[in-house]
This record gives sequence, structure tokens and C-alpha cells, in this order.
Amino acid sequence: MPADGTLAAPVSAAPRASSLQRLARRRSTIAFVMTLPLIAVIAGLVAYPAGYAIYLSMLNRRMDEFAWFLNYEILVESETFWLVVWQSCLFAVTAVVLKALIGFWLAHMLHHIPTKGQRKWRGMLLVPWVIPPALSTLGWWWMFDPTYSSINWLLAIIAVPPVPWLGEPWWARVSVIIVNVWYGAPFFMIMYLAALKSVPEQLYEAAAIDGATGWQRLRYVTLPMMRNIISITVLFSLIVTFANYDIVRVLTNGGPRDLTHLFATYAFQVGILSGNIPRGAAVSLFMLPLLAVFAFFILRGVTRRNKEMA
Amino acid sequence: MAQVSLRSLVKEYDGGVQAVKGIDLEIADHEFVVLVGPSGCGKTTTLRMIAGLEEITRGEIAIGGTVVNDIPPRDRDIAMVFQNYALYPHMTVFDNMAFGLLLRKFPREEIRRRVDEAARILDIASLLDRKPKALSGGQRQRVAMGRAIVRNPKVFLFDEPLSNLDAKLRVQMRTEIKKVHQTVKTTTVYVTHDQVEAMTLADRVVVMNHGVIEQVGPPQELYHRPATRFVAGFIGSPAMNFIPARLEAASGALNLHLPGGIVLPVPEERTGRYEAAKGREVLFGIRPEHLTERREGRATYAEIEITPEVIEPMGMETLVHFHLDGARDLCARLDPTVPAAPGAPIRLTADLANMHLLDPQSGRVL
Amino acid sequence: MSASAAAHRDLPRIYHKVGSLRAERRWALWTSYASLVVAAVIFLAPPFYMLITSLKTNAEMADLSGNPWLIREVTFEHYAAILGNELFLGFFWNSIKVTVLVVAITMAISVLAAFALSRMRFWGSQALATGVFLTYLVPDTLLFIPLYQIVGGLGLLNSTWGLLLVYPTLTVPFCTWIMIGYFASIPKELDEAALIDGATWTQMLLKIFVPVALPGIIAATIFAFTVSWAAFVYPTAFITTPDEMPLTIGVVSQLVRGDTFAWGQIMAGALLAALPPVVVYAFLMDYYIAGLTAGATKG
Repeated sequence: MPADGTLAAPVSAAPRASSLQRLARRRSTIAFVMTLPLIAVIAGLVAYPAGYAIYLSMLNRRMDEFAWFLNYEILVESETFWLVVWQSCLFAVTAVVLKALIGFWLAHMLHHIPTKGQRKWRGMLLVPWVIPPALSTLGWWWMFDPTYSSINWLLAIIAVPPVPWLGEPWWARVSVIIVNVWYGAPFFMIMYLAALKSVPEQLYEAAAIDGATGWQRLRYVTLPMMRNIISITVLFSLIVTFANYDIVRVLTNGGPRDLTHLFATYAFQVGILSGNIPRGAAVSLFMLPLLAVFAFFILRGVTRRNKEMA
Repeated sequence: MAQVSLRSLVKEYDGGVQAVKGIDLEIADHEFVVLVGPSGCGKTTTLRMIAGLEEITRGEIAIGGTVVNDIPPRDRDIAMVFQNYALYPHMTVFDNMAFGLLLRKFPREEIRRRVDEAARILDIASLLDRKPKALSGGQRQRVAMGRAIVRNPKVFLFDEPLSNLDAKLRVQMRTEIKKVHQTVKTTTVYVTHDQVEAMTLADRVVVMNHGVIEQVGPPQELYHRPATRFVAGFIGSPAMNFIPARLEAASGALNLHLPGGIVLPVPEERTGRYEAAKGREVLFGIRPEHLTERREGRATYAEIEITPEVIEPMGMETLVHFHLDGARDLCARLDPTVPAAPGAPIRLTADLANMHLLDPQSGRVL
Repeated sequence: MSASAAAHRDLPRIYHKVGSLRAERRWALWTSYASLVVAAVIFLAPPFYMLITSLKTNAEMADLSGNPWLIREVTFEHYAAILGNELFLGFFWNSIKVTVLVVAITMAISVLAAFALSRMRFWGSQALATGVFLTYLVPDTLLFIPLYQIVGGLGLLNSTWGLLLVYPTLTVPFCTWIMIGYFASIPKELDEAALIDGATWTQMLLKIFVPVALPGIIAATIFAFTVSWAAFVYPTAFITTPDEMPLTIGVVSQLVRGDTFAWGQIMAGALLAALPPVVVYAFLMDYYIAGLTAGATKG
């Protein structure tokens, strides 16, 4: 904006800027100062560590020499690492799909019952999300205990033989997924419920008058209206599930035979427990491109739809 | 001493779009001026510049003789009533009204006294302990005005204050605002897109369009002597009819040739005024209220036969919509006792004493 | 279905239609309740079982003959033991200390930043807002190794102060994000009215924005509280001695000891540790849920 002084202001106007402009400039200075702590947090605790992680991942184990991509090469050639990649993807995709489906189903069921009772049910069903996962997983661990498993006791009633929940690799994988779905499905439910409530009732009425069946209303009204919230919820959940740490750490600690490790627990094991910081940094950095790809596609879809709707 | 002067006022947004294109306006002390125009005409921008909420690109604004271009809103000694009232939702009515005084460090008793006084004027004394959420639209409107009154500012600014109210309340609050102004006599600038509001409230109406002032004047003058086609069409409801016509000389007098072979004699007292336009294409403008059922008795009465398309009985009058060749959406205002039916031709009387002739190119009234 | 109804307009047919519609509705309602009951049983089973376990005697727990989901003899010995355990009380204290401070820091940072970002346009403010959203997407497990080095470099490893330093990465981006949303939903006329009333920026923030956006502030506070209370990766990585541990890692790493049969105590400890967020949730459920959904719906 050009500073103009065509009509000289009477009161002590600075030669170049009027006092209102000065005020505006002071305002942006104040604004900048107000955001400084935020900038410090983002720069110092996210951006800098991210760069530092890349640097760290290129050092040798004793961290006294630059090793370029050695850590990455070693990882790519290691069978365990590929198992981790495979397990992380399997875990994240399966868990997120199950959470999304269960959450969607429950949100629908909740939406259909009389409003009066919804609060109570919602309150009960969100409990798994409220308990810190590290602590609730302890409960699951105890429920999966090979000797005292209360789940196996229930299964025995319907004559199912005892399941080696945490002792056998595939069952361990299933267990980890079960716990994660148990913990995360309520979150999906609550998000979907919020989305369902945001669809104006008149749209359904219009669709009903247009002759849409229940399924068609879901297909042509509900889902399109909820697409953005579904996308964002899936994105959040995909990232958090992919990068999950607590459940695996408490439940299996990576075992049996390192077959349930995820990126995070493996990075922890390699980097902190075995003390190979650069290798650990390299492991977690492998998450980055995958997460970035998820985020890119989902957010692109969201912004595009936002533009169309606006 | 609180006259407001706008001198060559320009507002240009980033990207070079001009919302206000250099307007001049002198508002006298105690005057109630209404800025009216369609949305996007720059009226709100002008008001916000007076308030200090928008920066002035060029030109200057003076309040009470002091140029306020560089003075922030809080030091301009103005009060503003917003379209959505902008009441502080977390404060009671009393606190809402007291807030500005509190920030200016008025003593407690003084605040109490002023709020009570304003509450009495606006008849909201019983609401002082309520939160805005518990108020009806009209009550919120009163509180918003109260907030302005307590400050006893040099100028009141109103930004479409009635547009969120239903029709009945709007009429009621309109009277209320006028009453308040008669009591406190503060210089007032009032923005609206509703010409009825403008006509009923204003000492002077400023009609704006596309960032410029089309005409300034008292309501009656704007109604009877509009300067441009825009003002002629904007003021009055239903809007003035415009019919393309040709002005022809006929043995010392002037005749208007309307499409469909209608010929209207221009009243004698107007012939001098229209002499220059002789032989030219013009726009013939006449308000629906001057196009009525058949009457006789005045020299300026002329007859037109039309075929009604749509009849709208309004109770105290009946609106008849029709068209002529080359002119659509025309309207006449009939006495409700006159029989009229769609498709059945009737004869109307045009009172040419109230006719207008416009230059179709420039839109100026001749 | 509807086509056939339209074709046959005889009355009995219509009555039949209405009847089937009602039956359909009743059936749908029944499905809803059935699903909800099943879900509630499954969702609440683990905490319920934790509670049962924490109230059982060790002998009853070891007895495999009975139904593990029932309890014959209620005992509070595990609770007594855990509450008499100084280590556990230390965890609690550490959690409280870290959480309270982190919540205070987070709210100060995010309210200030959100106010500036939502109301005062300045150079780079748009980019910063986007940056806030993107940082929210960065999971804590991505950067704990470099942060381990950084915290170590500052000599804050194995100290609650180190946690205080890094926890804001978990809370600040999201809280700022939802506060931006809440502030942006305050009509602009409100600040203009305040401006004309003579408020300065600080007065506007403290007297108008904070009170008006109070539900948002409560939601953000709850979020910051639950996240720092439940944080697990950072304390697991940064804290090694029990006296500096917060609850989560304390309960998981210190109460679980090899073969010692301490399930009652573990469950009692876990439940007590989970109590504060659950209590907050129970009393402020609507704010809790508003905060949860704000991220996606206001984005």
C-alpha cells in the first residue's frame, strides 16, 4: 500500500506514514510478539528436531563420524526392518479400517435413537478413548494373560479352545489391533456423530420426498456431506495409528521374536534401548515419507471439496 | 459542535478496487443523515471510514472541525450501532452499556446515572441484569442504541441497524430511533439499503451508487425531483415506471409519443423545460401512484389504455402490472373499488404534472 | 417399493404401507439399541475387569476354578498398598506438577497466538496458521530421538523439567488450532464495537475474547490436560529413575515386576492413574467432546 501524504495530517504526522498506518504497523508488531512463543515451539521443538533428526541419522553409531546413508542402507537390507514396515502398514490399515467401520456404524445407531438417550450412550461409549492408552492396555494385557485370560474363559463357554493371545506372532498381531480398535473406535464414532448432526434435516426430507430409500439417503446425502470429516478423521487416525507406541510397548514390547514391532517401538528399541541413536533416528524418519503421502492426498481432497462447496 | 465533513473521500482496496470514489458531504450539527443505496454502493465503507474502522485512502474526514484521518476510533468520540448489534454476549445489559464508560475511567456513580438515564429513554430499565441471549431482537436493538447513547458522543453511526428485525418490529424501532434522535439531538449518520427507512428517518437522504453520491436532499425533494434515473428508480415503492418515448413538437406544444401509438401532451408549464429535447428519444418516467383509475378535472390528466397482466390487491390499493411494447414490468396503483381483471383492457389516467423525462444515455433527469 | 405404492392408491394398501413403515422403524430402533448394548459391553469390559481385579484378593485371582469376571470377596488391600507406596505417590505428584505447568504454558502460548492469528493479519500469519496445522499432524514418535539428544544436551534428561520442555509439542499446535477456530467464530463487529468503546488490544483479548470463547478455552484446556497426563513416549524415553517418573510410565514400568504376582496392585494403580482424566471427562463431557470434534469440523 502506498503511503501518501496528499492531504497533510495536522497532528504531528510523520513524514511517510500516518499515525493510523503506524498503528497498523504497531499492531502487526504486537501480533508478531504474541505469536513468538508459538513460533519458538514450532521452530525449536518441531522444525529444528526434524532437521536434527536427518543429521543424526547420517552419523555412525558412535556419533563421531559422518556416515551419509549408511544407516538407511543397513536398514533397507535388514529383514527385521522390512518386517517392521510390513507390520506397521498391516497394523495401521487394518486398525483404521476397522475403527472407521465400527465408528461409523455406532455413530449411525446413536444418531437413530431418541435424542434424549444419546448423551448417556455417548458418554459410556467414549470411555475407552478417555483412559490413557498405556494404562488401559495394562488391563488388556491382564485379559490376554496366558494362564488367567478372562477372554479365554469366556471363549471356553462357547467351546473355543484357549487362544495364545500374546504368545504366537499372528495372534499377537491380532491382539494389538484389537486393543487399538477398542481404543480408537469411540473417537471415530464421536467425529461421525458430530458430522451426522451437522447435516441439515431438510436435506433428508428433500431426499425422502424425491423418493430416496434409506440406503440411497446414506449414499447420496450423508456420505457426501460427511466426506471431509471422514477424510480428516481417517488422516488423523492413520497418522496416530501408524506412529503408535504405547499399545505395542505395553502389550508385547515388540515380541514375540520382534514380529509386532512398529516403527515407533522399533526406533525406540534401536535408538534408546540399544543406544544406536543414529539408526533409531533413521528408523523413525522412514515414517515421514509415508505420513507425508497420506497427508498430501487427504488434505488435497479436503481443500478441493471445500472450494467446490464454498 | 459536531458537524461531519467528508472531503474528496476515496477508499481503495488492495488490488485497486475503489469502493468509494471521491465523495463530498457536509453534515450539519444535530442533523440526521441517511446513506442509502444498493449493496456494494460504498455506503457502509463510508460509514466505517467515519468510524475509523477502515483506513482512508485519500481525502479527509473532519468531525467537529477536527480532521480525524489519523485518530483511532476510540478517540473520535463516536458511537456505533451494528447490524447484528455486536452486544458482548458474556456481559449483562448494564455492563454492555457501561463498558465504554468503564474503559474511559468514568466514576461509578456517573456510569450508573448515565446507564439509568439511557435505559429510561429506551424503556429497558427492567432488562439491565439480563444477558443479551435472554433478549428479543427488538430489545437487543435498544441495548445497542443504549450503548451508543450513554457515551454521549459527538456522532451516532448506525450500520443497517434494523435489517435483522422482522417487518413489524422494524417499523416500531424506526419510530423509536427517530424519537431518540429528537430527544438527544446527536448528529447521526445512518446507513441502510431500505429506501422507506431512509425516507422516514432522514433530515437529508444521501443516495449512493457505485461509490459515488447520486443525489443529496430532503426526502420530499428526492421523491419529487430526483436528479438521476438511479434515484428516480430507487426512491419510491413500487418503483417508478420508465417507458421509452419520443418528444415531438406539435403546434406550439410538445407531445410524447409512447410505443403502441400512445400520445401524451406535455403539460404547458413543462414545455419550456423540455424545449431543448425536442425531437429526441427520451425516457418517460411516472410513478405507479400517478398512474391511477380514470379521473377527470385537471388539465394534466391524460388517458392510457392498458391490459393488466397481474392484479395484486393490497387492501388500501390495488397494484396492476402490465406492459407496453418496448417497456416491461410497468405498474399502476388503483383504488381497490375499481374492477380490474387480468386480460381485460382498462383505461387509466396518468397525472402528467408528476411526470419525469430522462435522457436515456446519461440517465439525467431533464 | 414406493413405485408400487403410488400405482395402487386403494386405501387398504396405504394402511398396509403405514403399518410396515412403523414396523420398519421399530426394527431399526431395535437394531440400534442392540448394537449400542453390544458395543457398550465390549467397550466397558476392560475397565470393568480392571476394577474387578483391583478388588480381588490374590488368592481369588490365582484360583482358576471360578468365573474371573465375578468377585466373591471384595478387598481394598491393593488400593491401600498402592496409596501407601511412596513411589506411586511420587508418580502422582510428578504427573500433577508436569500437567499443571504444561497446561498453563500451553494455554498462554496458544491463546495469545490464536488471538494474533485470527484477528491481526500480519506478514506470514497465513503461513504460520498452516504451519500450526501441519505440526499437529507430526506424531510424537517421529521426533523423540532428536528431542532425546536435545534434552540430553541441555542436561535435562531424567528430569521432569525436560518433560516440561517437550510436552508443549503435543499440546500447543492442536490447542492453537482450535482456539483460532473459536476466535474466528466471534463476529468481527464485536471487536469493532470494543474498539469504538475504547478498548486496547489487551483489553479486547482479556475482556471480550477470553470470556466469549470460554467454552473453547475450557475445551482446549481439557485437551492439553488429557494429553499431557496420558503422554507416554517422552517420559519412557527421557526418564529412567522412578523418582522423576510421571504416572503412565511409572505404573507400567515400576509396578510390573517380573514374576511377582501383583495384578491387583497394578490394576489399582492404573485405575487411580486414569481417574483424573475420567473425572474431568465425567464432569465436562460436552466441552471434552467439543474439543475433540473441533479439530476436524472447524478446520
